[in-house]
Amino acid sequence: MTSSFRQIILLAGKELKLEWRQKYALYGILLYVISTIFVIYIAVHTPESHVWNALFWIVQLFITVNTVARSFLQEGQGRMLYFYSLAGPREFIIAKLIYNVILMCILSIISLILYAVLLGNPVINGLFYAGMVCLGGMSLALIFTMLSAIAARAGQNAALMAIMGFPLVIPVLLLLVNVTKTAFIDVYQPGLGRMILMLTGLDILVIALSLVLFPFLWKS
Amino acid sequence: MKPNELNFKEQEEREKFNLTAVPDVSAETFPKRVKDDDRWLKRYWWKIACIVLLLYTIIGGFLMPVPALSILHETIRNLYFHVTMWFSMLLIFFVSFIYSIKYLGSSSHEHDIVACEAANVGLLFGTLGLITGSVWARFTWGSFWSNDPKELCAAIAWLVYMAYFVLRNSFTDIDKKARVSAVYNVFAFVIIIPILFVIPRMTDSLHPGNGGNPGFNSYDLDSHLRVVFYPAVAGWILLAVWLLNLRVRMKRIELKKLLHA
Repeated sequence: MTSSFRQIILLAGKELKLEWRQKYALYGILLYVISTIFVIYIAVHTPESHVWNALFWIVQLFITVNTVARSFLQEGQGRMLYFYSLAGPREFIIAKLIYNVILMCILSIISLILYAVLLGNPVINGLFYAGMVCLGGMSLALIFTMLSAIAARAGQNAALMAIMGFPLVIPVLLLLVNVTKTAFIDVYQPGLGRMILMLTGLDILVIALSLVLFPFLWKS
Repeated sequence: MKPNELNFKEQEEREKFNLTAVPDVSAETFPKRVKDDDRWLKRYWWKIACIVLLLYTIIGGFLMPVPALSILHETIRNLYFHVTMWFSMLLIFFVSFIYSIKYLGSSSHEHDIVACEAANVGLLFGTLGLITGSVWARFTWGSFWSNDPKELCAAIAWLVYMAYFVLRNSFTDIDKKARVSAVYNVFAFVIIIPILFVIPRMTDSLHPGNGGNPGFNSYDLDSHLRVVFYPAVAGWILLAVWLLNLRVRMKRIELKKLLHA
């Protein structure tokens, strides 16, 4: 138990270190975030709150696809074989999930700040919104990590990830948009707790599924 | 059916498809347990029952009395065709999910064939459900697509299984194809099904039984409707199983040919 815990920490640490050393990828994503938000700013300036919210989640979706897709697509066949000889599949996928969740939380907060600065800030309950953005980024990252592992098996096909992933995340985005809508108004919303509970439940479900299913992908 | 007769039939089938020259490897390709599983599928009674039930559904569904309700009027007869499509689709997708799990446990191509073909048949029923639903929506709610949460969920499920087939077609190696698509099938089914059941109940919906609308059960699924509705459910489900059975047998022969070409 302790050894697998150490393996997870080491693997997740290795991913973060790799990200920090190969800064071009990180800067690439940051530039992607900035230019996307800038294009939205040029197109709509200060939109109404529900348009603001919808556009923000679309930006989030594409950031996730671009960021998380790399997590498996960048691993070559040889390097996977090397990991295979070192660690178990469960430790490996947990490390990947942790790394992607951390990365997405950071990127979500950065994009939220940029977004609020450029497009105006209609959010009343800021802390709640930031928390939900982190939770949402987490849900998206978890789902796309597993899908990226599947897509990597299908010959490093990035288009495939979008095809598989978008139908699966539409309901998640629907929930997120509904939850975050409540940050724009000062009225008590019934059913909010249930929606947040459902999102958290979904995250736990995705983690459990990844743990069960990843060993089958790993074998080949 | 006696065992001898069964063997004779199998022999006949082999000759028909010119498979006599192929050595019998079914024992290693397909585990024996699987063959026993679908023994009842080779019987005739359920196929006859399916035809009788569907004839009854079509004739009785169009001719027998239905309750006179405002807005719905005679379109309520679509209940026998639209709702039953969803029941069959869910059941067949569940079969696909179960066989994907079985494949992950056994790595037998027999299970993969069933999983894939079940998704295929389920997709057919889903498409029919969408079409019958949108026609019904046109004459009761006013437009073919009303942006109802249940319509959205149906469209999402449809897209998920389309993605499943895109994924399958992106492989050339059949073992890899079977394993990875089984993983996706299990992943997608477990995530999508609870969402499909929960989201329509949380938001307002035009469908009966959601968002404060009374369900069909409460007042208008009266005895007149039940007399046709329950046989219709059974009939369509049997048709789905029959289609699945035919597709699976076809694919089995294709696989045999492929393995011994």
